[in-house]
Amino acid sequence: MGANIFQYDFIIKGLLGAVFASITAGLAGTYVVSKRMVFLSGGITHASFGGIGIGYFIGINPVIGAAVFGIMSALGVEYLSVKQKIREDSAIGILWAFGMAIGIIFIYLTPGYTPNLMSYLFGSILTVTNADIIALGIMSVVLILYFGIFYRTILYISFDEVFARTYSSYVDIFKYITTSLIALTIVLNIRMAGVVLVISLLTIPPNIAMLFTKVYFRIVVWSVIAGFIGTATGYTISYFAGIPVGATIIFTLVIIWVLVKGVVYLVKKISKQKN
Amino acid sequence: MAYLFEMQSLSASYDAATVLQNVNFKVSESDFIGVIGPNGGGKTTLLKIILGLLKPASGKLTFNNELLTEKSIGYLPQMSTGDINYPVTVRDIILSGLMIRKSIISGMSVNDKKKADMVIDELGLTGMANFTLNELSGGQMQRVFLGRAIIGDPKLLLLDEPGNFVDTTFENDFYEKLRDLNKRMAILMVSHDVGTISSHIKSFACVNRSLHYHPSNEITNEDLLAYGCPIQLVTHGEVPHTVLKYHQ
Repeated sequence: MGANIFQYDFIIKGLLGAVFASITAGLAGTYVVSKRMVFLSGGITHASFGGIGIGYFIGINPVIGAAVFGIMSALGVEYLSVKQKIREDSAIGILWAFGMAIGIIFIYLTPGYTPNLMSYLFGSILTVTNADIIALGIMSVVLILYFGIFYRTILYISFDEVFARTYSSYVDIFKYITTSLIALTIVLNIRMAGVVLVISLLTIPPNIAMLFTKVYFRIVVWSVIAGFIGTATGYTISYFAGIPVGATIIFTLVIIWVLVKGVVYLVKKISKQKN
Repeated sequence: MAYLFEMQSLSASYDAATVLQNVNFKVSESDFIGVIGPNGGGKTTLLKIILGLLKPASGKLTFNNELLTEKSIGYLPQMSTGDINYPVTVRDIILSGLMIRKSIISGMSVNDKKKADMVIDELGLTGMANFTLNELSGGQMQRVFLGRAIIGDPKLLLLDEPGNFVDTTFENDFYEKLRDLNKRMAILMVSHDVGTISSHIKSFACVNRSLHYHPSNEITNEDLLAYGCPIQLVTHGEVPHTVLKYHQ
């Protein structure tokens, strides 16, 4: 059976998608996991579903709607918890469900063709367009430049904000920019991994890396590698088994986490016995 | 002797609440001043003003030009500010003390890293450069944060409740270290733990809304030791209160 043009295009798209997803998720995910923002990121993801619904309703690209909602909800949580004194976790919980509710309402109000909800909730490689891949590619470059140029500044603000304020007046600006970039990263990865599963794409790879390294920069590098192995493998399984791609990627990543955990445990045990 | 900074009839407030009122205070090059007073009396606010985190509501704060241009202030905050589970190494934390003189896009040079390793050795953390905080004891963590405060060779070192780090076994070493550092820099230490620190402190500032400065001859270590039992210090202010000497 020779590969036809359709299959060739599909493989290239999948490969590039896996590369860019693992770069963006690795960079954003290491920040999210280190700074314990996993719940906030989950909130951003689900709130952005409201943007997807409105996007369909008014007939613009749903990803643009999701991006606007994602960034607004990230900054909205900050506003509600700092300025309105609402508990941060409650603010996240409210925006989380509110975004989902808006999304469902507007998708049902959209006349004519209704999009496949499953593909947005659990991811589908078939709906990923060339524009999505290009957007993820641009996002990869932006994140590499951002974290590369401002590495120390971002690391130190994220580690100890109070101390950072004693020498820098840029603390809030960096926090807002970083959170917005994370929201965009999440939104751009929704097509492939789905609203429900995208957060694991950010959180599992850094947790795999943290099993054997504690240096921030190395966690980023290993997250990207682990993320690529997970997405590429999950993608392949999804293609041959006909299962939603988001689910197979997350499943593969968890298996990798378990395997690495086992290897680290064995290596420690053996090196202890040698001593 | 050259002064490092001077406060003239300075007041500070949060929203409507005045925390410090009419403070006149001057710190000189080789000072080692203990700042004592009740919780909520304005001790930490005093440090915030010096660090520029809070603008004075009225009055004047003048820095010595050298201190200002060299950005020569080291700061050891209270324990709670950094996340001890954060994936950042001892060397990187100490290096962050140099950020005050760097731009937002700077990395660290080979010399910066050598300097960090010297500080690590000086503070008895040899071999722990690549450890993270959750692998260290309380006393070791305290030394890491002290390293971050002194890596830039500041002229003025601000310490906020260093006694909160616990670890009594290291306490003596820590205060010995401060005495060493006092040969190169002025130290301003906020503490409620007067008993243990008093042997190295040269003078006291009692802060409770207002600030009363006590030169060395007023409360000397000999005065405190003469009793041989727990003693009490009375501080000034609208709410007079006592400070207990450290006891078992």
